[in-house]
Amino acid sequence: MRQPSRAALAAICLLAYFACNQPGANKGAQTSKLPDEVDYNFHIRPILSDKCFTCHGPDANKREAGLRLDIGDSAFKALKETPGAFAFVPGKPHQSEVYKRITSQDTSLKMPPVNSNLALTEHEIDLIEKWIKQGAKYKPHWAFVPPQPVKPPVVDDEKWPKNDIDKFVLVAMENAGLKPNVEADKERLLKRACLDITGLPPTIEMMDRFMADNSPNAYEKMVDTLLAMPQYGEKMALHWMDVSRFADSHGYQDDNYRSQWPWRDWVIYAFNKNMPYNQFVSWQLAGDLMPGATREQLLATGFNRNHKITEEGGVIQEEYRVEYVTDRTNSFAKAFLGVTMECAHCHDHKYDPFSQKEYYQLYAFFNNVKEVGLESVVGGPETFAKKPLMEISNEEVKNVLSFINKPDTNRLIVSVMGDQDTTVRKTYILNRGVYDAHGTEVVPGTPKSILSFDNVTPNRLGLANWLFSPKNPLAARVFVNRMWQEVFGKGIVKTSGDFGMQGELPSHPQLLDWLAVDFRDHGWDIKRLMRQIVTSATYRQSAIVPKEKLQADPDNIWLSRAPRYRLQAELVRDLVLSSSGLLTKKIGGPSVKPYQPKGLWELATSGRGLLARYQQDHGESLYRRGLYTFIKRTVPPPSLMIFDGSNRDQCEVKRSNTNTPLQALVMLNDPQVLEASRVLAAKLLLDKSDPVEKAFRMIVCRKPSEKELTLLRDYYKDQQQHYRGKPTEAAKLLNVGETPLPEKANKPVLAALMQVVTTIYNLEETLSKS
Amino acid sequence: MDKELLEHGLNMNRRKFLSRLSLGLGSVALGSLLIPDLLSGSGAEEMGFPPGIPHFAPKAKRVIYLFQNGAPSQLESFDYKPMLRQMMGQELPASIRNGQRLTGMTAGQASFPLVGSFYDFKQYGQSRAWVSDLFPYTAKVVDDICIIRSMHTEAINHDPALTFFQTGAQQGNRPSMGAWLSYGLGSENKNLPAFCVLLSRGKGNGQGVYSKLWTNGFLDSIHQGVQFSSGESPVLYLNDPAGMDSTGRRKMLDKLAELNNLSYSEFGDPEINTKIQQYEMAYRMQTAVPEITDLSKEPDDIIKLYGPNCLVPGTFASNCLLARKLSENGVRFVQLYHQGWDQHGNLPNEMAGQAKDVDQASAALITDLKQRGLLDETLVIWGGEFGRTNYSQGKMTAENYGRDHHPRCFSVWMAGGGVKPGVYGETDEFGYNIIKDPVHVHDFQATVMNLLGLDHEKLIYKHLGRRYRLTDVAGTVIPNLIA
Repeated sequence: MRQPSRAALAAICLLAYFACNQPGANKGAQTSKLPDEVDYNFHIRPILSDKCFTCHGPDANKREAGLRLDIGDSAFKALKETPGAFAFVPGKPHQSEVYKRITSQDTSLKMPPVNSNLALTEHEIDLIEKWIKQGAKYKPHWAFVPPQPVKPPVVDDEKWPKNDIDKFVLVAMENAGLKPNVEADKERLLKRACLDITGLPPTIEMMDRFMADNSPNAYEKMVDTLLAMPQYGEKMALHWMDVSRFADSHGYQDDNYRSQWPWRDWVIYAFNKNMPYNQFVSWQLAGDLMPGATREQLLATGFNRNHKITEEGGVIQEEYRVEYVTDRTNSFAKAFLGVTMECAHCHDHKYDPFSQKEYYQLYAFFNNVKEVGLESVVGGPETFAKKPLMEISNEEVKNVLSFINKPDTNRLIVSVMGDQDTTVRKTYILNRGVYDAHGTEVVPGTPKSILSFDNVTPNRLGLANWLFSPKNPLAARVFVNRMWQEVFGKGIVKTSGDFGMQGELPSHPQLLDWLAVDFRDHGWDIKRLMRQIVTSATYRQSAIVPKEKLQADPDNIWLSRAPRYRLQAELVRDLVLSSSGLLTKKIGGPSVKPYQPKGLWELATSGRGLLARYQQDHGESLYRRGLYTFIKRTVPPPSLMIFDGSNRDQCEVKRSNTNTPLQALVMLNDPQVLEASRVLAAKLLLDKSDPVEKAFRMIVCRKPSEKELTLLRDYYKDQQQHYRGKPTEAAKLLNVGETPLPEKANKPVLAALMQVVTTIYNLEETLSKS
Repeated sequence: MDKELLEHGLNMNRRKFLSRLSLGLGSVALGSLLIPDLLSGSGAEEMGFPPGIPHFAPKAKRVIYLFQNGAPSQLESFDYKPMLRQMMGQELPASIRNGQRLTGMTAGQASFPLVGSFYDFKQYGQSRAWVSDLFPYTAKVVDDICIIRSMHTEAINHDPALTFFQTGAQQGNRPSMGAWLSYGLGSENKNLPAFCVLLSRGKGNGQGVYSKLWTNGFLDSIHQGVQFSSGESPVLYLNDPAGMDSTGRRKMLDKLAELNNLSYSEFGDPEINTKIQQYEMAYRMQTAVPEITDLSKEPDDIIKLYGPNCLVPGTFASNCLLARKLSENGVRFVQLYHQGWDQHGNLPNEMAGQAKDVDQASAALITDLKQRGLLDETLVIWGGEFGRTNYSQGKMTAENYGRDHHPRCFSVWMAGGGVKPGVYGETDEFGYNIIKDPVHVHDFQATVMNLLGLDHEKLIYKHLGRRYRLTDVAGTVIPNLIA
């Protein structure tokens, strides 16, 4: 019973919390009302963590005056340096040393100290005062308490919810005085679902079919069709590439080629097979240690070898080996636990209850790999993967690893995990994180504030089992939150990489727990989770932003409208290729090198290695989905980076979503967009339908309004006139991209239509999920 | 000073308003582009920009950083060590090496024979600073620059050392110095990015550059360094396609705006307005950038000053001239990288070539800024990521030797922007250890920020629960470097 009541309280408290955390509310916050009941997790801990824990928190070495405020037991003890005084005296703020010090006018006593550059607001001081008055009750950090089954709340409006998600959302929305938007129109809903599930816009056939289907479950049927398409795996893999810091180069200095792509093919395959999340991750963590490990399980462990590996001659071996183990440890914590464990690399964590010792206990799981810091410098095919590696035979590609799209019969090697056979490499605390400053020896273990590591085998397989133990408070929450983020643009916990003390609080704590428990209890079924989210009424709302909602809830925290945001980098490319018909539908295979402005690799290279020069691909390889674009880490593809793609330097769980002039320049001038416009225009001219209307439908995925049509037709007419008078200019404009021009093309007309299509590609709505 | 601060504050607010557009935080119709009232206190914090900036009156407004990628030898440039010539071939005393870790390239070397500079040194200017014969032009402006001979760093390999210099940490995807300054100070020109990057390469043994050196890290991507060149396409994707002129572009953008406005009236999403503004800014960049990057109209005396190479796109000289133009037009941070300074062998030869590439143009930049009255407000920095050993790597003769990486001491120079000219710091007669006034990379970063009116402990960004800053958790401003 403890959990539901805590969460119920949380929901109420959150209202107050967000009310004073909205942008521009700084001054207002000082006069805003205090909540009736002050809650440690939702009101007090964020203040203490942000302003006090650096010196009075988990880091034992930096703790001032022996005072620790992140644990109740310590905070209530008599102060070491001020006999007879106590940090907190429940019920009595004026006897509590903390309250006296935060309100002191004496700069030698005032907390936080002036030189910390930190300060408390009046409102924060009032909250602390009221909390002490009410008994100064500490509570465990919400994210470290395992999620408990929650019953969906009873709602007044029983007609709106389509599934349980909506009940949680509706209650929160109504508490905030908001009502849901109406359902989005069918065309826009279809585009949205297609993009979220497959990453591709709907075809005209799909649009026609869906519009004509008037059955009550037409939408659900469409969702099921989409989830069954192989492009679903590609879409899901996209996010996983950021999480796994996947790339096609080793990443340091000369940054030569690595052949890690078969691992990426496996990820697509696993998503399409709907491999349960716990299995999907366990294989990646410990496939090599599974009893009777299969070749597929071994390949899956490539996850932990996707990190950067140096080929710089002259490095100190151990320094880099330690770097790789560190990367694995940090990635594990961020990707699967959603915590910033890396902060405990050099010292105890400043905010979260993770000691440096616990960091190295976690590190110990990844420290036994049969590897060296520098295996080889820039060289030939034998350097494209580093030991331990697996060689994939052509025979295997035909049977057990048939999902690998291998185009040739060359030798193929992939870096995978493999532990030392006989001896276990000892792990020490590294003082200040320095690779050779060995401190105390440690054994594998996990942070006990999350879940202690008892009765489990002390290797990566044991760690995987620990992660998916029903008692683990984070594994399910962190993943459902990220899937939510991928669909809604931000997670229920906005800081999807930090569920710790400094992370944001969940906007819908009960919903998060409900989703987590439901996901776990239904076999960690990812497709089922996706289906639940996209068939909810919450998801189906229109994205229109009424003025009053923009004022009341500018960030759409309460989800009273569908989110509206720009497509991710790769999907921008996919939309252009797909709608123009250029897209190569092949799945998997080595990464490809599409058009790229000249000289980028050449200007940045030392001249060594296979990637010193950019050798652009030709033919169908030019038109693969963004997922397959070659990532050279030191010079990542500019068109993707300009749209906030990841440089794959380290594990990333959330991309930013900016809106910049450079993005406009890409859409206006990138030869890929221009070629697609030309190809689509040529195709439309052979068609009997109105080319302008059809182009609009294919690209924006809905029928244009009369106004839109008129504007575009006028422009088409104007451009025809322009290019009829300037046939050479028309020919120049059409001379873009490697797809041949139809022989009998009427160049001025084609050029004019091409301009219309480019304009449609540049519409804000085209590149938005709306 | 109060007036200065106030004026700066007004500019800041104007800048913030403009940046707000490009950040896409919301819709601001152009008609409402008013400067928020600075004195009423509404502004920075509520708009999501770092509060209280500048922390004090800035001396420098802009930075041009001439990064010498690969680590030029201090012993053949600015740190004169005559004793090394006398001790040629003798072993580096263990007491001097004192446990310094070595790279994998010389760790296995049986002996460490000391080697003196192949090039002579002379004293110049009022400061009587020693400069090697490889840098005759720099020698002429020696009284305008401050040579720091006591820089030291922590990393001993290129990638981590470069990353450390630029981002304050050896590993990790942290924002680089230019991104921090863009975040803290923004751009002075609404048609240009605040942080521009220019690359060039000499013939010497080189190390690549990495785009993570000009990354925005966890800051918004608007703060990412934008690569510029003086070639045909100065900024990626800037040029309209062949067969389309500026009138045609204008027409398309007008249609687009009309259509996007229809979308705005349907959705009411402020991001749509931001998008329209971004297209307008892109259009303005299309006009503004080529004007600035076109070096062909520079007068003869300027061409002569920078040397004939300044008309060859992609050379260091051309990048220096372009850097001056960008800086003059309000770009906050212009970052140059010149590659080819990694002389593990064949040092006398290669270093001469590298010095020839950069010497004249580096000095020209100082002179040029000075004659335009811009040197006082423009900070120019010249230097690499670490130093080089006083002993030879590999086979040694008096005419041919190499030097390995050395983190304990190296030389950089700074000029303008409130820097006190002269010579700072001192190394021992072996040129191996610092004996006076050490400057750690974090101290250097703290000092640069100070010159720009920023307290390095206050310009912070909270990311995943932690407050990050360029100087990580260290760094002390060196007051004696400041005029």
